[in-house]
Amino acid sequence: MSYYDFLFVIEVLVGGLLSGVMYSLVAIGFVLIYKTSGVLNFAQGSMVLFAALTFVSLVERRVPFALSLLITFAVMVALGFTIERTVLRPLVNRSPMTLFMATLGLSYIIEGAAQLIWGTQVHGLDLGIDDTPFEVGGVLISSFDLLAAAIAAAMVAGLSAFFYWTRIGLAFRAVADDQFAALAVGLRLPRIWGTVWTAAGFVALVAGLLWGARLGVQFSLSLIVLKALPVLVLGGFDSILGAIVGGLIIGASEKLAEVYLGPFVGGGIEGWFAYALALVVLLVRPSGLFGQKTVERV
Amino acid sequence: MTFFSHLRKAAIATAFVLGATAVHAEEQYFPLQSYRVGPYAAGGTGFFGGFIDYLNLINIRDGGVNGVKLAWSEGETQYEVEKGVEVYERLKSNPGIAAWNPLSVGIAYAMIDRITDDKVPLITINHGRTDTTDGRVFPYVFPLLLNPYSETSGIVNYIASKEGGLDKLKGKNIVVLYHGSPYGKETIPIYELLSQKYGFELSQIEVPHPGNEQQAQWLTIRREHPDYVVLRGWGVMNPVALKTAQKTGFPADHIIGNVWSNSEEDVIPAGDAAKGYTAITTQASGERYPVVQEIVKTVYGDGKGNLEDKSRIGSVYHNLGIVNGILNVEAVRIAQAKFGNRTLTGDEVRWGFEHLKLDPARVEALGAKDLFHSINVSWDNHEGDGYVTFQQWDGKKWNVVSDWIAPDWKLLRPIIEKSSEAYAKEKGIKIRTAEDADAVVSN
Repeated sequence: MSYYDFLFVIEVLVGGLLSGVMYSLVAIGFVLIYKTSGVLNFAQGSMVLFAALTFVSLVERRVPFALSLLITFAVMVALGFTIERTVLRPLVNRSPMTLFMATLGLSYIIEGAAQLIWGTQVHGLDLGIDDTPFEVGGVLISSFDLLAAAIAAAMVAGLSAFFYWTRIGLAFRAVADDQFAALAVGLRLPRIWGTVWTAAGFVALVAGLLWGARLGVQFSLSLIVLKALPVLVLGGFDSILGAIVGGLIIGASEKLAEVYLGPFVGGGIEGWFAYALALVVLLVRPSGLFGQKTVERV
Repeated sequence: MTFFSHLRKAAIATAFVLGATAVHAEEQYFPLQSYRVGPYAAGGTGFFGGFIDYLNLINIRDGGVNGVKLAWSEGETQYEVEKGVEVYERLKSNPGIAAWNPLSVGIAYAMIDRITDDKVPLITINHGRTDTTDGRVFPYVFPLLLNPYSETSGIVNYIASKEGGLDKLKGKNIVVLYHGSPYGKETIPIYELLSQKYGFELSQIEVPHPGNEQQAQWLTIRREHPDYVVLRGWGVMNPVALKTAQKTGFPADHIIGNVWSNSEEDVIPAGDAAKGYTAITTQASGERYPVVQEIVKTVYGDGKGNLEDKSRIGSVYHNLGIVNGILNVEAVRIAQAKFGNRTLTGDEVRWGFEHLKLDPARVEALGAKDLFHSINVSWDNHEGDGYVTFQQWDGKKWNVVSDWIAPDWKLLRPIIEKSSEAYAKEKGIKIRTAEDADAVVSN
């Protein structure tokens, strides 16, 4: 392998890792809700679309950037509590499949509402982040992706601090460990769920802004859940660390596979390669690399 | 407010659908399988908006085509094949259907057998199956102006013109980045053929649907150092390609987009990364053309404009809809000249399309000089030898940067015939003759 080839491998690897962080951003929203309520929230992608569309529509109506961010966050909080009140609470104690189907339906409702309120036009989203690449030792690195990774790291740190050092965070962890025990000691489950959906809404907002700046704010934004699903299977549905590590593994491996295996099988393999990898992990470790093993009395 | 205007549009659309069965004796009806919501709504609202605006212009300004009013109703497909077929089944019993215009490869494929049985034209302007160009095998399908093979030839001819001639292509390196779908893959053999003919090096790289991640593909492109990248994209794949090209240091002015990578919706989300990007088109964008100005004055002035956002008047998809309207209306007019000024059958309109000849003088008379070049459809050539031009994005608008360019139709025709004849053999279809084409069902 020549030096140039070696540099190219590094470039593909770094690009893949940075893409993986973007997948993790979406996956974290899933993890937050799954951890506390056992629900795989299929509506997370729609929430990303809704947040980004709300934000960009406000900015285009000349609402200042910071105020748009604040209003969008308030909207996501309201959305989170509304979902808890109108969908989750009436379905308490229903089977996981019922809850999953409810979020599937919710996904279509949010997508439809987003288009009904803000229209169907495609929007550009400029966050003011320069996207010209820079070179480090012969390897091109995207400044946007690097900043996105930093933002994702800051968000994970912030969420971790929130959940480890606040009372509501403690309650969150208690619910995540054992819902019934948490109820028995007097924790108010609906309030905690509402807070978690709010946190997921915040994650959706951050993901929506970063992905929106990458893709443009358009309907396809909701399809990024397809990138998060193999990350969740690989990392575990209930682990934030798993979402990060899973994202990095999926991002790096799918890019390397596309570049080095793709040409032998006609190319275009990264779409399914991530799922193939997740399937292998599923066969070996059904709860993912970092997911909690479920032990049930039979 | 957007919300209320959506409600108003929904009410109008419902009223149209409910009223569709009441098409009067002297009305020609266009069933529209439109998509105004869903992932491709931006293109759908522009195209169907332009089409309806032109039909409205003919009704308001001329009282219809020789006194025959134009009517239409819409059914929402969200660009999904099963919904497109469902809308087809719902609307096909309406009287006086002139032609179907789904603007969707998938829906068009699903309709070919159905419309052939019904004897009603299916218009797939700028898209669809390439071999439907052969009217000997596909009597009712019309890929007007540009089929995918002609598009490929047009793009290669444009690159050659930039390099100083076809002979200068030898040794050049061209990468085709295509959408991982039957649409994206359709031109693979033609690029290979042209590569062999003109001696340029060729790599064709697939982007899996929907194309929201292209880091690996663009790093591969960077390694190959191509002279040009042809972008054969769709939807979100296009802005992501332009953004990722910037990220990997490939210049936008060496990326040439195909006909479904040429709209404002493809470049606006890419921001500055799209500056200098060039794309093929069959119709120019902008409002300066007399027919567009008449639409603004007459249709929008009358409060009947279809676009909610008037800044989209003259956009790529809106102008494509207007050109599509011109071609449909002129086919009806030509058929009326033969069969009488009345509501025509689908087969009579098919005859009209097969005699749709609009030379530059006629195009100018229709107020569309420089909007599109010309068309020359015949019973066996359903594409009609459309010319192409190229436009470059300056960050705010498209600017035309080439003359009208002719694809190499002679080179492509034998390949098209080979494919259509194989289809005919497989399906047991009798190859039509000119006499067959002149036999028309009038009731």
